[in-house]
Amino acid sequence: MQAFIKAVSYYLPQKQLNNEELAALFPEWGIEKIAAKVGIDTRHIAADDEFASDMAIAAANSLFTDHDIKPSEIDFILYCTQSPDYFLPTTACIIQDKLKIPVKAGAIDFNLGCSGYVYGLALAKGLISAGIAGNILLLTAETYSKFIHKNDKGNRTIFGDGAAATLVSTSGYAKIGEFVLGTNGAGAENLIVKQGGIRYPAKKTNLVSDEYGNESSDSNLYMNGPEIFSFTSEEIPPLIEETLLKNEVLKTEISQFIFHQANQYMLTHLRKKLGIAPENFYINMGRFANTVSSTIPIAMAEALREKETATGTKWLLAGFGVGYSWGATVITFN
Amino acid sequence: MNIEKFVREFADQYDDISTENFTAETKFKENDEWSSMTALSVIAMVDESYSVRLTGDDVRKSTTIQDIYDIVSLKVNG
Repeated sequence: MQAFIKAVSYYLPQKQLNNEELAALFPEWGIEKIAAKVGIDTRHIAADDEFASDMAIAAANSLFTDHDIKPSEIDFILYCTQSPDYFLPTTACIIQDKLKIPVKAGAIDFNLGCSGYVYGLALAKGLISAGIAGNILLLTAETYSKFIHKNDKGNRTIFGDGAAATLVSTSGYAKIGEFVLGTNGAGAENLIVKQGGIRYPAKKTNLVSDEYGNESSDSNLYMNGPEIFSFTSEEIPPLIEETLLKNEVLKTEISQFIFHQANQYMLTHLRKKLGIAPENFYINMGRFANTVSSTIPIAMAEALREKETATGTKWLLAGFGVGYSWGATVITFN
Repeated sequence: MNIEKFVREFADQYDDISTENFTAETKFKENDEWSSMTALSVIAMVDESYSVRLTGDDVRKSTTIQDIYDIVSLKVNG
């Protein structure tokens, strides 16, 4: 049985943090220049009482309404987040109940960041190929804003909150192709929230300022931006070449490359390194920022409105980041 | 590799400050413009011009442009 993308919707929290507000908070930061380089105008931020699962539910409800899908059709929930409601139970179980998805549905959470959407598609395809499920609700939702220290201007510039819902089914408009996945846990400490898990239960610690003046404690999100950039420059071009080979397509046959929308500077560097023309490389993050696992489905939903998707059109999706973890696939439109 | 050329390429990563006086001995973090974004730009420049991977750690432990040049030279010749 083949697996297809049948529908995509997304949700963004109402509250926004725009560049003017960041400029007022950090006058010395030179936000205009930085924002122009990273390609971000505004980012959406979850309310204090709004959590990733609430946003995932909102995205799912949009999916149901926009695409005339009934919750009763869903037989599996895959929920990707690094901001679960609790250690236990699994947040996907709570989502099942709130969305009135049948009790006969399977449901699991999986913890990945920027590679999460591609992994979700891989898991969904596996469930369909094995005949385990037929209508999989793949949810991605993240609230990094709740991890980021208020004085961490770098991460506050880059990250936004958001959620997306995708229906993966035995029929749909785009067939999910072959996957290339990868992992290198040696990079774990370069993008991490160290405290709050079992190894280091949360406690207040002193704030540390990194060499670029970003403040955080071990209970906040820490990102070594230059190191992540270096890893990406090294690892992603071969990932793309392997994905093309495995799907037996040429670079020139891909009409849109949709990468995890990390930041425009990094994406442009990767695009040039791969020799892809700007018109075949989709960047749309000005209004969304880096929403972690939801950047690819949000960009896809936008690209579906803007771009030609005639029969046989191929898009390549690639996610990479925290872990380190990466993955890519090709989708082909009917 | 040529150190004079490398110093120019390095200096090109700064947009705001004057870099005319940059030499191999310039302490590249000791100015108002240095930020994680500049670090990213240097890593990108090395990748584009020399096709080797400069790590965030390489940048962190370096002080002068010569330090970075030496690391890149080693990688290019390694």
